[in-house]
Amino acid sequence: MTGRVQDWVKDAILEVQEYVHLVTKAGRSVLTPPIYYRDIIEQFDAIGIGSLTVVLLAGLFTGMVLALNSGLTLDQFGARSMVGRLISASMVKELGPVLTGLMVAGRVGSGIAAELGSMMVTDQIAALRALGTDPVRKLVVPRVLAGVLMVPLLTVLAGGIGMVGGWIVTVLQFHVASSIYWSSVVQGLYVQDVWMGLIKPFFLGFTIVSIGCHVGMRTTGGTQGVGKSTKLAVVASSVAVIAVDFMVTKVMIVLLY
Amino acid sequence: MAVRNQRRAGLLDEALAHGGPIIVFDGVNLSFDDKVILRDVSFTLQTGHTKVFLGASGAGKSTILRLILGLLKPDAGRIFVNGEEIEDMAEEELMRVRGDLGMVFQEGALFDSLTVRENVGYKLFEELNWPLDKANARVEEVLGFVGLSEFIDRMPSELSGGQRRRVAIARAMAAKPRILLYDEPTTGLDPITSVSVDEEIIKLRDLEGVSSVLVTHQLRDAFFVAEHTAQRNGGRVSLERAVAHKADEAEFIMLKEGGIAFEGNAAELRQAASQDQYIHAFLS
Repeated sequence: MTGRVQDWVKDAILEVQEYVHLVTKAGRSVLTPPIYYRDIIEQFDAIGIGSLTVVLLAGLFTGMVLALNSGLTLDQFGARSMVGRLISASMVKELGPVLTGLMVAGRVGSGIAAELGSMMVTDQIAALRALGTDPVRKLVVPRVLAGVLMVPLLTVLAGGIGMVGGWIVTVLQFHVASSIYWSSVVQGLYVQDVWMGLIKPFFLGFTIVSIGCHVGMRTTGGTQGVGKSTKLAVVASSVAVIAVDFMVTKVMIVLLY
Repeated sequence: MAVRNQRRAGLLDEALAHGGPIIVFDGVNLSFDDKVILRDVSFTLQTGHTKVFLGASGAGKSTILRLILGLLKPDAGRIFVNGEEIEDMAEEELMRVRGDLGMVFQEGALFDSLTVRENVGYKLFEELNWPLDKANARVEEVLGFVGLSEFIDRMPSELSGGQRRRVAIARAMAAKPRILLYDEPTTGLDPITSVSVDEEIIKLRDLEGVSSVLVTHQLRDAFFVAEHTAQRNGGRVSLERAVAHKADEAEFIMLKEGGIAFEGNAAELRQAASQDQYIHAFLS
């Protein structure tokens, strides 16, 4: 039993060490040539544009359901005009970043782990190295850059469309005037909230993509291994999204409020 | 080619002369956890020659290729490639050494998302930054060499197993490396396709002067490569049975439990089979 625990601890430490090693190497590679610009643009398209539909739909329906639930409650106090305030604060500070993070973790994290995992088990990554290409520069750096820069953009769009979703429900279901809803939305937002909503997704994007790359690059065991890596990437990055969200929120509350 | 213009170690001239040592293993040991993979392995590959590694699965054959490429590092011993000692080299330095190496992986290891043209020209387009027209011309030339010109715009998934191996050979030779490493290039192929892959290996060795390391457990292919030679007669290439001294340029190494059980030419290998049960079992 003690042996098993020791092995588990050793494996966990090794994973963390390898993750830190990959992240450090990727960080160094961003600053020095060669830089594969075409791959970076491709990843911006794959991660940013490719995730747009799922993120917009998630944001829209979240805003709508938030309006429905909060509207019903606020209506009991005659405060249905305050729905906008609640939606903007929730979407911008918390739900926008976290939901976008979870959507991207499900779509992009799994995709990266599966793609890199397949390349590992079919020797394509060894072939890259044999052809003189550093796989971290070619495969990891473009994905990390795309994750860090596209997730914040997706978050802004998710927050925006969530407010639109809330507006649709508030106007159609609760018969609140559009002007009242939108002025309530603006009233509910503070500069600190906007900063928090904008800064969080940089960390979440980095976390999701770097975990996907790390898990993918450590894949062994053929197609079964690829399946395991894909599952692990989704689970680990989803949990990491929530954990990183908590930690960044904690730090930002200390710094901003 | 840019790589060849770079400054190299002092031993390079000796390594590149015909018959000079282009790859040297000196007392190489490697273990994964408690499992010994290679035990005190030493050999020399002369420039323009062929080294054929035989042995049971798990004997450490493919590991030797990965050590030559620097994809793995030995626990002990020294490895020289093109006159440069590589076992302690950083990844950035190894990239330069790999400029003179080409590798044909088991199953080809072609990039799924790239066309045959992009796969074959990968190094020229991405790493060496050749002008587009020059790189395309070279891609067409090497695909013509392996007889797959008409497949240039296909995806790897549209090719048969044999075609994928031949594209992998074309990709490995595109940047004109001095050394080609073949990891079980004919495993799983039918005999006719295997012979066509063997012929490409022979042509590269004899017509392009490439030094070869061939890992296989397909004896028929190993002896075919060792005992045939390619010649260009006018525009045509013909394969003939090699004369004795030419056949001697192909040496066999039989690995057994991580160590070298036999080293010698094809005739000596056949002779050793009568005295050594392991070799006999392997050859029969």
